[in-house]
Amino acid sequence: MKRRLSWVNATSLTLGFAFLYLPILLLVVYSFNASQLVTVWGGFSTRWYGALFRNEALLEAAWVTIRIAFLTALVATVLGTLAAIALVRNGRFAGRTLFTGLVYAPMVMPEVITGLALLLLFVSIGMDRGFWTVTLAHVTFTMCFVTVVVQSRLVAFDRSLEEAALDLGATPLSAFLTVTLPLIAPAVAAGFLLAFTLSLDDLVIASFTSGPGATTLPMRIYSQVRLGVTPEINAASTLLIGFVTAGVVAAALLTKRAA
Amino acid sequence: MIEALRARAGRLAVIGLPYLWLAIFFLLPFAIVLKISMSDPATAQPPYRPVLDIFGGVAHWRDFLLALDFENFETLWSDSLYVHAALSSLRIALVSTGLLLFVGYPIAYAMARAAPGLRPLFVAMVILPFWTSFLIRVYAWIGILKPEGLLNQLLLWLDIIAAPLAILNTPTAVYIGIVYAYLPFMILPLYASLERQDPTLIEAAQDLGAPAWKAFLTITVPLSMPGIVAGALLCFIPIVGEFVVPDLLGGSETLMIGRTLWSEFFSNRDWPLASAVAIVLLIIIVIPIVVYRELEAERWEAAR
Repeated sequence: MKRRLSWVNATSLTLGFAFLYLPILLLVVYSFNASQLVTVWGGFSTRWYGALFRNEALLEAAWVTIRIAFLTALVATVLGTLAAIALVRNGRFAGRTLFTGLVYAPMVMPEVITGLALLLLFVSIGMDRGFWTVTLAHVTFTMCFVTVVVQSRLVAFDRSLEEAALDLGATPLSAFLTVTLPLIAPAVAAGFLLAFTLSLDDLVIASFTSGPGATTLPMRIYSQVRLGVTPEINAASTLLIGFVTAGVVAAALLTKRAA
Repeated sequence: MIEALRARAGRLAVIGLPYLWLAIFFLLPFAIVLKISMSDPATAQPPYRPVLDIFGGVAHWRDFLLALDFENFETLWSDSLYVHAALSSLRIALVSTGLLLFVGYPIAYAMARAAPGLRPLFVAMVILPFWTSFLIRVYAWIGILKPEGLLNQLLLWLDIIAAPLAILNTPTAVYIGIVYAYLPFMILPLYASLERQDPTLIEAAQDLGAPAWKAFLTITVPLSMPGIVAGALLCFIPIVGEFVVPDLLGGSETLMIGRTLWSEFFSNRDWPLASAVAIVLLIIIVIPIVVYRELEAERWEAAR
């Protein structure tokens, strides 16, 4: 069998990856542009990064966003993992069809609908909009992604290990904590990271459910982007891309070592 | 006895906690959206009437239910702007899904035919942009597509065009942005189904004299149908409700229902009408899901 890539396939891959990466690469390159004009190259400079660190509003938004993302990821990981266990381990139970639907629906639901629906809920129960409402909303739409990631690992998991622990007298809880959890840990960690980045990234749901004093970074970037491209936003984007890439690579290395 | 009780309690917590959360924060909100879509806007806090007091007694409930009507849906139906936005969303989603399939299939195919050692790397390279902020990825295209942007500079420099093209704020820009943002969602399901295919089937066809293109069309494509359907659905549904891409890259003439909902809500502050738009959008996206489930069920029946 031929193992070498045919030239057609090699071309598709090259063009495909160029398309996926070139826009991001250009953004990164132009964040080091000395010129105020975004598309005219005026030499290498880090002045926009300096300006970024003096932009109080942007820093404030970044701090709010990170706190929301961390809390979201924590709660979503617990709930999402429980949901995955419920789906894989608990065969049939009353309302399983509805439960399955509820788990998958938030993933394909257009964000404008989820955002509006959650906002109307918070208004109906008279909850003040801000940090906490954004966090609750983010947990709801990210936990489903955790479930999918953990579920795929649980399905491939050798159940007899858990049964052996139970036969040897372990309680279901301690069997879960000492046998199952360490084995599915890479998937749980990946789920946590996914929930964290999704929350970090969200503009639409946060815009609906946020209130005064809880402007997130994407909301701040969006309001500046509407006024046009600025080198400062390029710098902020580059930092965000850098953080996420480092996180993903770290996660990949961790799971590789665990496997 | 106590053991059995504890096991029951554990099971209840495992199912109950996420169930309860989703019921409160996902199911209940939709009931509220439905309710408010049948209310009337008001200059009050909250900006709609009637307001329900759950413990208000029978008379209050009767008055509340009688005050609900379908006026907002009639407005949507009679105003060509909303009908236009809904149809235009569907058209943009359909064309984009077609384009995504056209762009994604060769990439997924090449990934599946690459050496097994390289495949995980390619998969990771497709997923990585997905982890990068959606907003930033769309924003990156503004700098490329605008009149004095990088694409126009390149084309001018190559002498392909004499004057800068207006690409930003046109439907073309929206299509480019959508295809770019959703490409990983299309490639991954396609790759998953193509990678599982047995390459000896193609070899058999070619040994029997089929030209490569014919083997591809009669064997590879039909066998990858589940991946095509999954990828198309995974892209089509969120694109119908897409807001960020048409808002940042499209002009004012690019009508999409997600954008309409946003401006009804944030600019016009007409919450009941925004809710009615949400209900319509929901119905539009539920249809392909139901059709897909029917097809899946048929496939299961046929496979038996």
